[in-house]
Amino acid sequence: MIRYEMLQEILPVIRDQLVVCNIGIPSQELHALEDRPGNFYMLGTMGLASSIGLGLALVQDKTVVVIDGDGSVLTNLGSLPTIANNPRGNYVLLIVDNGSYGSTGDQPTYAGKKTSLAEVARGCGCDHVVECAAEETRAALEAALAGDRMTVIVSKCESGNARMPVIATDPVVIRDRFMAAVAE
Amino acid sequence: MSIHRKIVDDLIGAQVGFVTTVPCKQLAGVIAEVDAHPDILHVPSNKEDEGMGLCAGAWMGGTRAAIIMQNTAIGVTINALATLIQYYRMPLPMLISYRGELGEPVACQVEMAVHTKALLAQLNIPTYHFHREEDAGELRQILEYTYMCNKPVAVLMDAGFWKGY
Repeated sequence: MIRYEMLQEILPVIRDQLVVCNIGIPSQELHALEDRPGNFYMLGTMGLASSIGLGLALVQDKTVVVIDGDGSVLTNLGSLPTIANNPRGNYVLLIVDNGSYGSTGDQPTYAGKKTSLAEVARGCGCDHVVECAAEETRAALEAALAGDRMTVIVSKCESGNARMPVIATDPVVIRDRFMAAVAE
Repeated sequence: MSIHRKIVDDLIGAQVGFVTTVPCKQLAGVIAEVDAHPDILHVPSNKEDEGMGLCAGAWMGGTRAAIIMQNTAIGVTINALATLIQYYRMPLPMLISYRGELGEPVACQVEMAVHTKALLAQLNIPTYHFHREEDAGELRQILEYTYMCNKPVAVLMDAGFWKGY
């Protein structure tokens, strides 16, 4: 199961949540599946989705689901200790771990080789880390949203992308409507 | 009142409720004041671009945010400034320890000091330079200006301002 198929499966679960989505094809796939104000698409700045989502979760009570990737988490690995040491129950980090840099030509990442991001997250101090197959992601996400513990989910997907159009919405529009959804 | 306390009082006065920091010797006093203040959520970050992500999220969540960092961080945050803070039009006060100026004992710090203002100018980031303690009298106004215009704004505070360390 590739990321796009997994996103299709979790769509009903994340539909009512604030979602911060990783740069590149992940955001394009989510945007094509269902565009809505509660989605914050990253158009640049690889690696910062987990940080943006954490800042948002720490200052308000609504649940924040971050859809990140293994390559992006590796880019901003310093985020995991910050997440672990500032836990909040309304924060769910979903790492789509397909072992590849999907937006740049599917080059392999170290997460697809010897490095286990679930073990890295645990080593950084994240108390509740769930590694699952792509097919089990929806159930893992439902369990995370039903509980009140900060959760890191590492979803093992196959490498591959659905080719969707680039997001043409102005960034200020994306940000402004997202803030309205936060404040709603 | 100490200069550290004055800076934090100005943050509080401008309703800043979220601060991330990456330490510098010159910033130790102000970071301690930030950490101790009950009305500020202080979340230290491991790298300054990560910190800018945290600030972006906190601000979108309805809380005014600021970052406290060293000028060497300009070298690692250009992409975050251009493609996140500026591209989405977000306010971000950057209170920056300006190392490598007069009084600097570490030669390597000069290497980024000579690029600091040029890089900020290249990014069209409004930049203020505090050299004497009384220069901090403008801080409150600079903070309000930042949240008025939704831009990153830099405040460079050099060794003369901190009176050595």
